[in-house]
Amino acid sequence: MSAYKLDYLDQLESESIHIMREVAGQFERPALLFSGGKDSITLVQLALKAFKPGKIPFPLVHIDTGHNFPEAIAYRDKLAEETGAKLIVRYVEDTIKAKGLKEPTGKFASRNALQAFTLLDTIEEFGFDACIGGARRDEEKARAKERIFSVRDEFGQWDPKKQRPELWNLYNGKIHKGENVRVFPISNWVELDVWNYIKREGIGLPSIYFSHDREVLVHGEHLVATSPFIRIDEDDVIVTKKVRYRTVGDMTCTAAVESTAGNIDDIVAEINLTQISERGETRIDDQVSEAAMEDRKKNGYF
Amino acid sequence: MDLLRFITAGSVDDGKSTLIGRLLYDTDSIKVDQLQAILKQSKNKGEGEIDLALFTDGLRAEREQGITIDVAYKYFSTDKRKFIIADAPGHIQYTRNMVTGASNSDLIIILIDARQGVVEQTRRHSIIASLLQIPHVVVAINKMDMVDYSEEVFNAIKSDYSSMANQLNIKDVTFIPISALVGDNIVNDSVYMPWYKGQTLLHFLENISLVNDINHTDGRFPVQYVIRPQSDDLHDYRGYAGKIVSGIYKKGDKVTILPEGIESEIEAVEVHGKEVDEAYAPQSAVIRLKDDIDVNRGNVISTARNQPKVEQEFDATICWMDSRPLVAGNKYLLQVQSKTVRCVVRDIHYKLDVNSLEKLTDVQQVSLNDVVQVTIKTASPIVFDSYESLRANGGAILIDETAFTTVAGCMLH
Repeated sequence: MSAYKLDYLDQLESESIHIMREVAGQFERPALLFSGGKDSITLVQLALKAFKPGKIPFPLVHIDTGHNFPEAIAYRDKLAEETGAKLIVRYVEDTIKAKGLKEPTGKFASRNALQAFTLLDTIEEFGFDACIGGARRDEEKARAKERIFSVRDEFGQWDPKKQRPELWNLYNGKIHKGENVRVFPISNWVELDVWNYIKREGIGLPSIYFSHDREVLVHGEHLVATSPFIRIDEDDVIVTKKVRYRTVGDMTCTAAVESTAGNIDDIVAEINLTQISERGETRIDDQVSEAAMEDRKKNGYF
Repeated sequence: MDLLRFITAGSVDDGKSTLIGRLLYDTDSIKVDQLQAILKQSKNKGEGEIDLALFTDGLRAEREQGITIDVAYKYFSTDKRKFIIADAPGHIQYTRNMVTGASNSDLIIILIDARQGVVEQTRRHSIIASLLQIPHVVVAINKMDMVDYSEEVFNAIKSDYSSMANQLNIKDVTFIPISALVGDNIVNDSVYMPWYKGQTLLHFLENISLVNDINHTDGRFPVQYVIRPQSDDLHDYRGYAGKIVSGIYKKGDKVTILPEGIESEIEAVEVHGKEVDEAYAPQSAVIRLKDDIDVNRGNVISTARNQPKVEQEFDATICWMDSRPLVAGNKYLLQVQSKTVRCVVRDIHYKLDVNSLEKLTDVQQVSLNDVVQVTIKTASPIVFDSYESLRANGGAILIDETAFTTVAGCMLH
């Protein structure tokens, strides 16, 4: 029977497709939260496969902080056009104006925390009952305890003690009006799995994932792209380096890594060898406190 | 390269967290910055050396109380396999979490403290492994360094456990003497136990054969979603999307649509939009049928021979997972694969003492973490196999009708 053996990437893919189809089967108004990063790009590819030859039966939703890399936005629009998926964009800027939210200040003032407000408003506006996200359990400690179907109250809050047990491959998506479920189809993938999958499937990525020359500010061990969104002080060290991005978030809180890897094979080789974790190397916003992610999840962030 | 999911059972005192930390550390799965964070925490707690157990600590709430409150998932891989660890706490009140973690596992590592031998907790973990029918059991006898790496101690525990395993009908058991703290026989051979000729734990995990764990005989295909593009070029296309639970599906196969029992034939099998010769468990696929019949989410497309059960009243062994008790006569929703129906838990036959396997009759109510044998009656017939004969198609959950919480895991008979 050895012929009937699936490679680990095929097993992960099959599990993720099963989850996508459960979402389409169980919910009335699901959405796929799209950030322009490699994880949500992988989600879109999995959704395409899950419903072929039909179209993806839910919209892609982007909560735009206004601090994105332009390359990621260009990629987003092209992807929506090519796949025929419906794209919904809502802007954190609009929420700030409408609600008089206070913008964070400081050198790398990030709108990450404000994103949750726009997301919750968008969920309410469209009545989304399930939001598919690209979070992975290997990313961070708080995420290691996350379910695949994660029920949130109407404030989007995550209560780790009230999570539903998930047995076998049975996902309980029953919710009350006003609640919603965050669904994480690639929970069991690690960073390298995503890269290997992108390589195997030949999935295109925004150009910033590949080595390019960029003006960066040297901030401790991190390299942060210069942009109008960060405060540049007189004594800052600014240099031009060959860099690529290992993750793509906001320009304010995502650091670049020095690299000459210009294609997917070189990137996979580099990730294989790296001694630093994905979040540790690239996310400036997790450095604040040990429980930073736990707190943000409780407040309705992913 | 394939995939192995395993669960580790044992308490903090058995060195479970240290074992997981050791597996991750010795396979280079922990990155420098994560190591630094742990070193910093170890210092904060006043421990000079690196505390491998801290790698599995998750939430602040847990760290403050020094407990683990839910199943956490950890990942590592070698050149041979990707591994997913379900890390479930071993305390008495957490049967619920262990059952949850065990439900998806191909293998369980049961940790025994060499100084303690087989204790009540070992028995409980083994009973759960047996109930959930985890195909492979590894008994890791830990803290061998604390018993002078004694072969006699190892053999005595091995013999104790084997007689218990016989009672519990646990078949595939492997014993490995280890020290998670020192690293003996985890990834590297132990220099202190030359008498042990077996494999290291990692070598065993990498090489154990999993091919027979999946049933490729009895075709079970629960329909999750109906794909109907209704576009100009695919006007009449109607594909049934699902994940093959067991068996192999080919064009021309005679199939039966359950629970209705309608017969048909497979027109095509597609994987990711491309027609294939055959598809097999656990692939996600799309099946098209020759006949124009009404098939919906919740239906099962079964091979015509070897059909599953279609029943409205059946027994189940259930693990209760809710703080509100179960009382005979309570109504719930039962979810089996892609089908959800209303049901009533009609009779509670007995409660299983998970420490002794004793059957306690005269059960008035069922509390959190109880394992009981019940009869369930559903509003309409459901399609399933008995858990003993086909694990992948014999599990179900009970959902509270108004709170919508998952209140029980069920092994159907």
